Amino acid sequence: MSVLDTDPREQVQVLAEDGSVVEGATVPDLSEEEFVEMYRTMKLARHFDQRAVSLQRQGRMGTYPPLSGQEAAQVGSAMALDDQDWLIPSYREHAASYVHGLTLEGTLRYWMGDERGNKLDDLNIFPVAVPIASQVPHAAGLGMAANYNDTDEVFMCYFGDGATSEGDFHEGLNFGGVFDTPTVFFCNNNQWAISVPREKQTASETIAQKAIAYGMDGVQVDGMDPLAVYKVASAAVERARNGEEDKLRPTLIEAVQYRYGAHTTADDPSVYRQDDEVEEWKAKDPIPRMETFLRDRGTLDDERVADITESVEDEVAAAIETAEGFTRPTTDSMFEHVYADMSERLREQKAYLDRLRSDHGDEELLE
Amino acid sequence: MSDTQNLTLVQAVRDGLKGELERDEDVVVFGEDVGKNGGVFRATQGLYDEFGEERVFDTPLAESGIVGTAIGMAAYGMKPVPEMQFSGFAYPAFDQIVSHAARLRTRSRSRFSVPMTLRMPYGGGIRAPEHHSESKEAFYTHEAGLKVVVPSTPRDTKGLLAASIRDPDPVVFMEPKLIYRAFREEVPDETYTVELGEAKTRREGSDVSVFTWGAMTRPSLEAAENLDGDIDVEVIDLRTLSPMDWDSIVESFKKTGRAVVVHEAPKTGGLGAEIAATIQEEALGYQKAPVTRVTGFDTPFPLYALEDYYMPEAARIEDGIREAVEF
Ligand SMILES: Cc1ncc(C[n+]2csc(CCOP(=O)(O)OP(=O)(O)O)c2C)c(N)n1
Repeated sequence: MSVLDTDPREQVQVLAEDGSVVEGATVPDLSEEEFVEMYRTMKLARHFDQRAVSLQRQGRMGTYPPLSGQEAAQVGSAMALDDQDWLIPSYREHAASYVHGLTLEGTLRYWMGDERGNKLDDLNIFPVAVPIASQVPHAAGLGMAANYNDTDEVFMCYFGDGATSEGDFHEGLNFGGVFDTPTVFFCNNNQWAISVPREKQTASETIAQKAIAYGMDGVQVDGMDPLAVYKVASAAVERARNGEEDKLRPTLIEAVQYRYGAHTTADDPSVYRQDDEVEEWKAKDPIPRMETFLRDRGTLDDERVADITESVEDEVAAAIETAEGFTRPTTDSMFEHVYADMSERLREQKAYLDRLRSDHGDEELLE
Repeated sequence: MSDTQNLTLVQAVRDGLKGELERDEDVVVFGEDVGKNGGVFRATQGLYDEFGEERVFDTPLAESGIVGTAIGMAAYGMKPVPEMQFSGFAYPAFDQIVSHAARLRTRSRSRFSVPMTLRMPYGGGIRAPEHHSESKEAFYTHEAGLKVVVPSTPRDTKGLLAASIRDPDPVVFMEPKLIYRAFREEVPDETYTVELGEAKTRREGSDVSVFTWGAMTRPSLEAAENLDGDIDVEVIDLRTLSPMDWDSIVESFKKTGRAVVVHEAPKTGGLGAEIAATIQEEALGYQKAPVTRVTGFDTPFPLYALEDYYMPEAARIEDGIREAVEF
């Protein structure tokens, strides 16, 4: 039986909260290096996130959506992809995107308000989607095109629990089912859509069970257990790529998790949620969980952990320095990417802005 | 004389909602994060505590659902005041707004009407992420059956909001978030209305008329002040974009013979074009110069590293005014 055949009202788990392997669970078949890489990437994501929030507080970055608490879901799922596969993110998948090749400075640049942060030329990553759930039909459409072209790419599409209320979620999954697309629909159920709790988003017992309505399998996984996420995501990717008799290729995964911080740096969660709720979820923290697992196997010791911590801090510091060293985008760039060929009207507007800048100087113009 | 409070624009929104919730039991306020959280801009702060979950409530994250159910409630006789968290996220509801809210009266030969006030913060300049800065008032003014209101001061905000909620037809109420907290004004405690469809002359002048609304009203006034002594600028805040106060526009233009339209929205297909065309139709004989438009560019609203270049501000508006006068 595939792990994807688990009842969508039950939760797949591999690592218990204390880092031990749950009885009867099989640990996914990864090398020790890959386990360490999983651990390291989660630590990197956590540190990056903390630094990004602090940059925003210092006015060095714009509004930023934090991911702390969601590392396992992001890293575990993205590690299930091959290079040829595609990642279709919402706005919170900084860690998943990193795993799939996006640099940290690329992510920083976007949240620093520079459009070039969305330039992902050599990566199979779609630009950040801010309008909720709008990326879900895109993922289905990418899959339809892959079917048409007979490739074996897989498309992993991320969205939140709130997104499952939008029509686009329904339409995307429905197309995925009808056209049997190689798509993994991955819901990061972090319990809240800004201030609205999961229970007020849908009356379904689980989000995973919504899959039944689209004719595909749905599976709920402990989203703070990186091994369980990896296992479920790998099975879904495999089925999307190779198909199985009597099964649709797309899968809906609901990864149950929690965001520790605010929805974005513009939000104040103390208005709508209790601190002890956060503390309860911290007991499930994926990073110590994975660390314990690896220490128990003898793969990690104090020294190795210290090395990893240091390398993670260095990598993030270097990315921030690079991101802050980029020159401001030019005003020309505002006009250059609207159409393949700039219209006469836009050319005139671009010249007008140049004229304004030279007549007034940026200081006066931007006061 | 009634008491007043010194309020910001967003506080005036809240005060206006509170007044109407008290006044009329059929008024309900709902949307994403409007309940316990009090709205992401705090426009509904405290209303959930005061009026309870039946009158002020959070919905699932589904704009089409929010507006669609508001239409159903309104047809049943209620006065729903749904919120779109940002105007840039109203598009999933666009079908409901234009296909149904705007047309239910027509389609049912006035058996049903949609007395809904759809609030949405619009506009740029607050360093917000992508899709949080657009000014798409032209979409809604293009749609017959809708009214479109854009206040620019706290006092007007409360009165226009009350008038919108009491209006028997659907109103798209666009709130200039750039000036949500930019300044305060004395606002009466009691409820009152500011009639829809009436522009307001913010500054009298005889050389040139500036027509503007919402967040662009302040930089337009600033430009007028900067030119004072040199050019005598009249500034008219249109306040309601549909129905538009054409009489005030034409009258002012007949006095000055020159017009500058200032809007944050892209130039092409923006309301500036509509105003210029109407002026031509109704006052060609008075025209001393072509109508000048000072607007956003025909590009998607940029991420914030470039947003200050996108938005018209005083210096750019002054240039526009000079251009009209020196023609
Ligand atoms: C169509 C649309 N409506 C509203 C918003 C404003 N908004 C941004 S994030 C958010 C909550 C999203 O919650 P969820 O889908 O659970 O994802 P999470 O942010 O928790 O990861 C809202 C309402 C938006 N971005 N797009």
